Amino acid sequence: MSPKTLYDKIWDAHVVQEDEDGTCLLYIDRHLVHEVTSPQAFEGLRMAGRGVRAPDKTIAVPDHNVPTTEGREDPAQMTEDSRIQVAALDKNAKEFGIHYYPVDDVRQGIVHIVGPEQGWTLPGMTVVCGDSHTATHGAFGALAHGIGTSEVEHVLATQTLIQKKSKNMKVEITGKLRPGVTAKDITLSVIGKTGTAGGTGYVIEYCGEAIRDLSMEGRMTVCNMAIEGGARAGLIAPDEKTFEYIKGRPHAPKGAQWEQAMEWWKTLYSDDDAHWDKVVTIKGEDIAPVVTWGTSPEDVLPITDVVPDPESFSGGKVDAARRALDYMGLTPGQKLTDIKVDAVFIGSCTNGRIEDLRAVADVVKGKHVAEGVRAMIVPGSGLVRAQAEEEGLAEIFQEAGFEWRLAGCSMCLAMNPDQLAPEERCASTSNRNFEGRQGYKGRTHLMSPAMAAAAAVTGHLTDVRELA
Amino acid sequence: MEKFEKLSGIAAPLPLVNIDTDMIIPKQFLKTIKRSGLGVNLFDEMRYDREGNENPDFVLNKPAYREAQILVAGDNFGCGSSREHAPWALADFGIKAVISTSFADIFFNNCFKNGILPIVMPQEVVDVLMKDAEKGANARMEIDLEAQTVTTSDGETFSFEVDPFKKHCLLNGLDDIGLTMEKVGAIDTFEAKASAARPWV
Repeated sequence: MSPKTLYDKIWDAHVVQEDEDGTCLLYIDRHLVHEVTSPQAFEGLRMAGRGVRAPDKTIAVPDHNVPTTEGREDPAQMTEDSRIQVAALDKNAKEFGIHYYPVDDVRQGIVHIVGPEQGWTLPGMTVVCGDSHTATHGAFGALAHGIGTSEVEHVLATQTLIQKKSKNMKVEITGKLRPGVTAKDITLSVIGKTGTAGGTGYVIEYCGEAIRDLSMEGRMTVCNMAIEGGARAGLIAPDEKTFEYIKGRPHAPKGAQWEQAMEWWKTLYSDDDAHWDKVVTIKGEDIAPVVTWGTSPEDVLPITDVVPDPESFSGGKVDAARRALDYMGLTPGQKLTDIKVDAVFIGSCTNGRIEDLRAVADVVKGKHVAEGVRAMIVPGSGLVRAQAEEEGLAEIFQEAGFEWRLAGCSMCLAMNPDQLAPEERCASTSNRNFEGRQGYKGRTHLMSPAMAAAAAVTGHLTDVRELA
Repeated sequence: MEKFEKLSGIAAPLPLVNIDTDMIIPKQFLKTIKRSGLGVNLFDEMRYDREGNENPDFVLNKPAYREAQILVAGDNFGCGSSREHAPWALADFGIKAVISTSFADIFFNNCFKNGILPIVMPQEVVDVLMKDAEKGANARMEIDLEAQTVTTSDGETFSFEVDPFKKHCLLNGLDDIGLTMEKVGAIDTFEAKASAARPWV
């Protein structure tokens, strides 16, 4: 048998049918659904008189629109259009009999945090969702990617997708990370190196010692942003850490099925002599704590650097950088650590897990949010929130002057009331610094939870390693 | 879905790289439960000021391009969010084809589901087409999907590649779900085999 990558193995195990031109019908093991990209799909089913083929493999949770303030069960807290969307998901979940975590359920949260937390996401699976950050689930060695609403409808109706196979790309992070450097710095640094289109047409497998050393939470952060590098999906081969994380979760296999699953899961790695279409290698020790300065996730620099000169780029990037600096209100040569912030957002499917909150607590314990800065922490799920409260983290946050919110996507995309005002500048642990992403004319700097926490207490972008 | 065969239309130049789907249709317009009516908010934050007045400098607000059916754009068009509201907004405005050196994967697939043809061309061809688009309303670009060609207003013709299955669906206006439903037997067989091999799924 010819050697295979992890992606090849998962792909091959899910091909229902392959046409002569390589177009495949791919079986989908898990379909995650949220309120924003699904109403038109359910409506399409209704109009065609179709049902959901595999309701037991379909899991829905409202996350994008929901307010994150106390008392949100009160529909008056939502704008009318948000309320209609959440109500539509409610109705569709009941009508089609799919698994559902409503707003008032403690297990509610961001769909990409809920899936792994509940054990829906397992190694070797195909996982899709009408959301580009579905890449997150690749941390478990699952082939996971975002789809559009037409494809959501296609999966609901047929439990398959029409796909062509992507190419294989290996991103290896060798050796150890330096102190203060996190999974977020890895994933941002990779995008900084390859660009936002560097992964287009590929599925990335992240490997190497620095990746193996990451916790499952860290691995989810890395895979989450594979889409920002243009890749269809990001993958990390499952290992003992993966199995340990999964074991005992509500929807993980039990007993004899666990043993049977483990037998297969242990074969899920890239063979030594597998073929790679593209390889990128970065030394772990070369990665610094980074921040973004522009309006594309590829605009990444070590925190010790200065705002770049647009003329230092080439091609279309010169104009793009000029436009970005104008939008961001920055001047070439300005030290990144001199950039003052008005807001700090900690949360999102990139960095809304318990380990992220622990990292924040480590930095802010006994300190206070700088004057004039509004800082909020939005846990990724109700269970993350409960755990943070149990560990005493919530108390640390509140004493430090952070707002402690309920779970949801919140200011990562600002579809709910959590938004930046025009020209407000935010240190954010989310995944996109696009124009207007966190609010009209809002200015976003992406970074790790520890770095965002450091910015919160100093009031400007800060090298967390320098913070005493 | 509407068929796409030949198109002769005005092409608007949008020479920005990394135009993301948040730019194409900002999140406040994602709260709809319909597919229609998004064209008026296409490129909303570039097209209008806060009060809803048109920004006269934005290409689609210029008299020459208000009826544009083709966009010629910079690298990596449609990156970011998977929102299909982006092609819905483009289609609702009247855009039927987008030409760039590269597209983000999910956006690219979403286009085909909505009768929009995304065309990948090398940089030097995009440069020529961008110049042609800059000529305004008098310059009509022609796209022939069957022949896989784009022809400038000067009659210069360039070929492009397109996936045969996607081409077939666009030419005939075929609905994917209907096609897959015909393979239900194969799905049943696969499902039975897979659930025996991996019962925990």
